[in-house]
Amino acid sequence: MRLMNSKPSRSIRLVLTLLPFVLLVIVYTLASDARLLENPSDKLLPAWSSFYDAIQRMAFEPSKRSGDYLLWVDTWASLQRLLLGVGISALIGLVLGVLNGMLPIMRVTFSPLITAISLIPPMAILPVLFIVFGLGELSKVMLIIIGISPILIRDLQMRTQSLPSEQLIKAQTLGANSWQIMIRVVLPQVLPPLFSAVRLTLGSAWLFLIAGEAIAATEGLGYRIFLIRRYLAMDVILPYVIWIALLAFVMDALLRLFSNRAFPWYHGKRGEE
Amino acid sequence: MKKPIIEMKQVWKEYGAHVVLEKLNLSVQAGEFVSIVGASGCGKTSLLNMLLGTESPSRGAILLDGEVLSTEPDETRGIVFQKYSAFPHLNALENVMLGGEFSASPLLGKVFGSKRQKLKEDALEMLVAVGLGDAALRYPNELSGGMQQRLAIAQALIKEPRILLLDEPFGALDPGIRKDMHKLIRELWKKRGLTIFMITHDLSEGFSLGSRVWVLDKPRIDPQEPDRFGAQIVYDIQLDSKQKIPSSLQHLMSIETQPEAV
Repeated sequence: MRLMNSKPSRSIRLVLTLLPFVLLVIVYTLASDARLLENPSDKLLPAWSSFYDAIQRMAFEPSKRSGDYLLWVDTWASLQRLLLGVGISALIGLVLGVLNGMLPIMRVTFSPLITAISLIPPMAILPVLFIVFGLGELSKVMLIIIGISPILIRDLQMRTQSLPSEQLIKAQTLGANSWQIMIRVVLPQVLPPLFSAVRLTLGSAWLFLIAGEAIAATEGLGYRIFLIRRYLAMDVILPYVIWIALLAFVMDALLRLFSNRAFPWYHGKRGEE
Repeated sequence: MKKPIIEMKQVWKEYGAHVVLEKLNLSVQAGEFVSIVGASGCGKTSLLNMLLGTESPSRGAILLDGEVLSTEPDETRGIVFQKYSAFPHLNALENVMLGGEFSASPLLGKVFGSKRQKLKEDALEMLVAVGLGDAALRYPNELSGGMQQRLAIAQALIKEPRILLLDEPFGALDPGIRKDMHKLIRELWKKRGLTIFMITHDLSEGFSLGSRVWVLDKPRIDPQEPDRFGAQIVYDIQLDSKQKIPSSLQHLMSIETQPEAV
């Protein structure tokens, strides 16, 4: 049988999925052991026990200096910024994307501007944000918004424009005005694509969040990583990185599940033609 | 003679120097079923779009009930396209209710309570009339091609439009299903006294379904400049009369026409 036609069975699939992860853990353990054998105070590849101690210290014991449970304080601060930034961006993307996609007057006026803005690397104007919005929460949320909302606007505009014109004409023959078509025909149909677009931009949102926190913050996951980098504290950095990946994964999964639940017509089988 | 429902007076359609349609002078009475046939690219779709309101005549005027047609689609004209007529995010019942909701609620486009109940009953009745009574709660992507067209017809008819436009409505369907749809549309036309314009590239469909056939073709062709002259209605045939079908068309009717690739 050709390789492209052979499909692994359920159990083999599970083994194959886990295999790379298991190999990674084994390779890490071997390398870590080898380095620690040579130099017990090596910081680059800490032993599993050091990870455990670090997690214990960061998550379940109050900090000696502030009395806070640092991991949770950092997580809460970062999630707040991220959700605020992504939420506002999604709203901007939806409103401007639909308006641009539906109304030629809006499109002619704003589309070139949005394209121009989306070409500016957000990191390049981070200093401007700090100068304009100060070093507080606002500048970090703004960085996320400036980073991802142009992408969302353009994606939603394209989704709106790619609705079949037959549908829009049909709605007009049913007596709808522009506003009714927007809220009853267009909006419900671009919501599922909005969810996919948000899922795709979540990675960039995290990037901008960590970058913003690394430069100016007093708590947050990105702030912590960049703070303890000075002590080469790999035992804290690596768990933080994995924790961030886990949070990102959970968010992505929640968005996917919600979208599947809320829009069965979109995720069900497509038309028969 | 009664006042015609649709009148075309010296209608021309041209795109720059490209003349698509010329010198259309026609009138249609309420209750007629006009099939519009012709080779592809001869202006069938331009004619339908002008009736629909998405395009307007370059010269002349089209009158509906004696008034010039508005230049955008509205409730007076219902449409069924070959596909994409139904809204994928609404189930069949909601698709049919939508028209009523638009006129009842300008702000939300959605109604609640007893008004909604009334719309629901009307919509269900319409779905039963087109043979979709059992599929009321299914989404368009769960319906077969023929059922989707039934839904599109129900959706248009519930607004009781003055004229119903069909744009190659059965072109994408299997022959068996197409026959069922012919039966349905003929039945609805007779029972409800509809005025229908149907575009089709299938000549036998045009001749068997309608009460009147318009054949679009270019009577004059300038070989040096093919866009110079537009198509006209070269034959206007009343099918219920004793009018003789021109022999040049009779051979067309006998051959099986192949559906165009979609």
